[in-house]
Amino acid sequence: MKVYETVIGLEVHVELATKSKIFCSCTTEFGGEPNTHCCPVCTGMPGTLPVLNKKVVEYAIAAGLATGCTITRRCKFDRKNYFYPDLPKAYQVSQLYLPICRNGGIEIEVDGVKKTIGIHEIHMEEDAGKLVHDPWDDCTLVDYNRCGVPLIEIVSEPDMRSSDEVIAYLDKLKLILQYLGVSDCKMQEGSLRVDINLSVRELGAKEYGTRTEMKNMNSFKAIARAIEGERKRQIELLEYGKPVVQETRRWDDNKDSSFAMRSKEDAQDYRYFPEPDLVPIEISDEWLEEIQKKQPELRDEKMLRYEKEYDIPEYDASIITGSKKLADIFEATVALCKKPKEVSNWLMVETMRLLKEFEMDPEEVQFSPKNLAKLIHLIDSNGINRTVAKEVFEKIFGEDIDPEKYVEEHGLKIVNDEGTLRSTIERIIKENPQSVEDYHAGKTKAMGFLVGQTMKEMKGKADPGMINKILLELL
Amino acid sequence: MTITDETIDYVAKLAKLELSGEEKESAKKDLSSILNYIDTMNELDTSEMEPMSHVFPIKNVFREDVVVNEADRDNLLSNAPVKKDGCFIVPKTVE
Amino acid sequence: MDITSLTALELGKKIRSGEISVLEATKAQLEILKARDKEYHAYVTIFEEEALSRAKEVQSLIDTGELGDSPLAGVPVAIKDNICTKGNLTTCSSKILNNFKPPYNAEVIERLNRAGAVIIGKVNMDEFAMGSTTETSYYGPTLNPWNTAHVPGGSSGGAAAAVAAEEAFYALGSDTGGSIRQPSAFCGVTGIKPTYGTVSRYGLIAYASSLDQIGPIARDVSDCAAILEVISGHDGKDSTSIHSDNIKYTTALVDDVKGMKIGIPKGYIGKGLDSEVRDGVLKAAKVLESKGAIVEEFDLDIVDYAIPAYYVIASAEASSNLSRYDGVKYGYRTKDFDGLQDVYKKTRSEGFGMEVKRRMMIGAFVLSSGYYDAYYNKALKVKARIKEGFDKAFERYDIILGPTAPTTATRIGESLSDPLKMYLGDIYTVSVNLAGLPAISLPCGVDRNRLPIGLQLIGRPFGEADIIRAAYSYEQTREYARPDLR
Repeated sequence: MKVYETVIGLEVHVELATKSKIFCSCTTEFGGEPNTHCCPVCTGMPGTLPVLNKKVVEYAIAAGLATGCTITRRCKFDRKNYFYPDLPKAYQVSQLYLPICRNGGIEIEVDGVKKTIGIHEIHMEEDAGKLVHDPWDDCTLVDYNRCGVPLIEIVSEPDMRSSDEVIAYLDKLKLILQYLGVSDCKMQEGSLRVDINLSVRELGAKEYGTRTEMKNMNSFKAIARAIEGERKRQIELLEYGKPVVQETRRWDDNKDSSFAMRSKEDAQDYRYFPEPDLVPIEISDEWLEEIQKKQPELRDEKMLRYEKEYDIPEYDASIITGSKKLADIFEATVALCKKPKEVSNWLMVETMRLLKEFEMDPEEVQFSPKNLAKLIHLIDSNGINRTVAKEVFEKIFGEDIDPEKYVEEHGLKIVNDEGTLRSTIERIIKENPQSVEDYHAGKTKAMGFLVGQTMKEMKGKADPGMINKILLELL
Repeated sequence: MTITDETIDYVAKLAKLELSGEEKESAKKDLSSILNYIDTMNELDTSEMEPMSHVFPIKNVFREDVVVNEADRDNLLSNAPVKKDGCFIVPKTVE
Repeated sequence: MDITSLTALELGKKIRSGEISVLEATKAQLEILKARDKEYHAYVTIFEEEALSRAKEVQSLIDTGELGDSPLAGVPVAIKDNICTKGNLTTCSSKILNNFKPPYNAEVIERLNRAGAVIIGKVNMDEFAMGSTTETSYYGPTLNPWNTAHVPGGSSGGAAAAVAAEEAFYALGSDTGGSIRQPSAFCGVTGIKPTYGTVSRYGLIAYASSLDQIGPIARDVSDCAAILEVISGHDGKDSTSIHSDNIKYTTALVDDVKGMKIGIPKGYIGKGLDSEVRDGVLKAAKVLESKGAIVEEFDLDIVDYAIPAYYVIASAEASSNLSRYDGVKYGYRTKDFDGLQDVYKKTRSEGFGMEVKRRMMIGAFVLSSGYYDAYYNKALKVKARIKEGFDKAFERYDIILGPTAPTTATRIGESLSDPLKMYLGDIYTVSVNLAGLPAISLPCGVDRNRLPIGLQLIGRPFGEADIIRAAYSYEQTREYARPDLR
């Protein structure tokens, strides 16, 4: 069998985190009853006109600057014409001739090897509505709530060669966009959507093979599977001497396979032309500088700073900065309690454990930095012991409770009253003569047993150091 | 420019129109003569000109990112030929 | 004299002075229009109930002083049927919008309402404003009140006929390639196509977005200036709307053209122009000259290329703008269909008339893969040349004078058989839209068949004041001619 190389380029659609839509003042909020986030403009009523949301341009520029793109100083919108029920005007306002950002790239690292993935362009456009099949009436329901939500489409060069590279690129891109605050990049809500352009060719060949476009992957795992599946399918075709057909395919993650969406016959002719209802955008030096100045610290810089400023190990810094949410919690908590190492520990150990247990994404973490800071303070001031602290943290993680109140209400404070402790230990010694004997015979395990019994009696609220001290004294 | 049957079929498809045989013949004739006339603009030398989509140099017309509109579904659906459950209705779209 | 024979400003004055009540005026207008419209068919929809209750409302606003000295308060107005009126039929004279009641008002309607206008109905037009005769209306043609064997012009034929027949004191039309000026010329009334961006297009159902403008059609220049003052001004809902300070158009109503430089393009008075129209227009030029204007002829070499460029650009934009009529959200939907594609094709094939289909197909063609550069892009370059040609002309002249149309009103049925011939009738008007300029058409006499001749005055961008002043000065020497109305 010949050796094949996979060539992959991505088109990533990202819904921007603006409050209002791209061309009207409707909310972009996810969900809602069908057609309640709509107005005459975004439902394509006759006579309505678009007015561009300034924030959309600023977000697109921010994304371009963060990915090393050249900003097109004079850009404009074009109409892409096609009929489909999710597109009420029967054209999508997009950018063909002069996209706002061009010729950028981002660096990825796979197995220690660094590589730059080129970004061909980033353009602004409007999202389409949602179609839901109604099995009762065998018809399709049309909901325009998503119609007109601003998107940027980030088109990469065909620079990726494996699913690992694709995932590394997407991970990096997603973090950049989240750190910029231009998108929440929630795949499950459709705010990050990836189309894969994939072709295969014999290793060393100069020409690209015929590519297919794959849509409808709803997780990074599905993307990796889809790439593997499509790569195999195309190689198999070539091995059997059959041509790869240029087409759009839809990935079905349940069936672990893809199928063609449109036939060649329906080849589209989008008849792009400049949108007459919108005027050109001219980006001045001042405007560009202003946006540049407001660019937040991105992941790579943040990681370095954590290592340097907080003395956090590189690995820990990479995990924490690997999620904007965790990095935000980290910084806010440190600002409150000034104990970076402690905060880092809670995130690296307990938070990670709970995320795994509940199969959650770090972005879904809900608790407030204030409560974690309070918890750390409670431990520090010897208010609770570590065992209790873990229990309380679970509550913080799950319900974002106030640890001070919780400890108070549940009587979890460390018992610092030596008299009570001493009398309890005296009773334990009396009730466990065998253990006392074992201890004196040099069996150190017996000591642990006695500590445990005391702690159990004290319902976990004693300071283990103090138990040890008194036990040694009495024995 | 002579318009062929294929061209008429193609533009009709793009415009989502179904033409009767008679309509197609007259469209072919009309479009041919109109496009021939349109071709006279090629006599004008425009090599120095930039294509002008906006006649006045207006630029940077923006809205601020503020939500103003409230739900107005009944009003928006009031003209729908068919509706159900707060949605517009189309025949089943094939995926 | 009948109430309905007054100009809009005359009526407004009498209403403010209490001489005529708003209800009286509205009733008089409704009565006349219902009688006469059986013959002329200027209206598509009459808002009788609404107009009467609105009349009472406006009267009380006038009585309490809330409308101030608004000159048009209480004056009934007719609206072209491509301008959205909330909750009231707006059909574009098309079957495909036969039941469409917009969920919102066009910006011009909001402005008219604030000025105390009483909307009495929607007037007929060529389907989606595509045509020059009002014969392509799905609801049947409008007839010219001067001679019912002739067309009223188009596409705002209903508006112009209504004003001429005194079925409306004034009307709002729209002009994409001459659709206000040419019917104004054919019906012997006055109409202004403002500079692109002067009047908000929000709520004007688009034909060709880069060319469309709303403007007034009325019985004289003063009315037009006053109406334009009410409807113009920046609108945040229209990105192409312009901030402009020159909106005190009525201050330009001055009988003085001394020293005004007027150019007449030779191509506008040469080959293809009816001799009686030429005589009428040149006589009007002489009048202005006698009043102190400096009039000379000059070459405007780009005239011949305006129509081809116009039809490419307008059809391309129309093919996109009219794609939204698909039987899903509003308007007509075909009854029998098999699947989504069938809904689209049958709805559109049954819902649109032939002229609209023709332009959508031309538009699809000139934008289609492989033809974009040769047609659409070329047309945009020709447009740039036309703009340049006018810019140069306006370095030498304050206004450009010529005919509005090559002939007076044509006979019913004459143009329908040959669309290209109809397109050629737009020769003097379309370049104005391509260059975004303001222009006015006003009557300058009648031909031997007693059909009105239209004089067109074109201004530099935002030069409405110049054309209003010249038109007003000319008007002072001319008697208002009115058709024989029953």
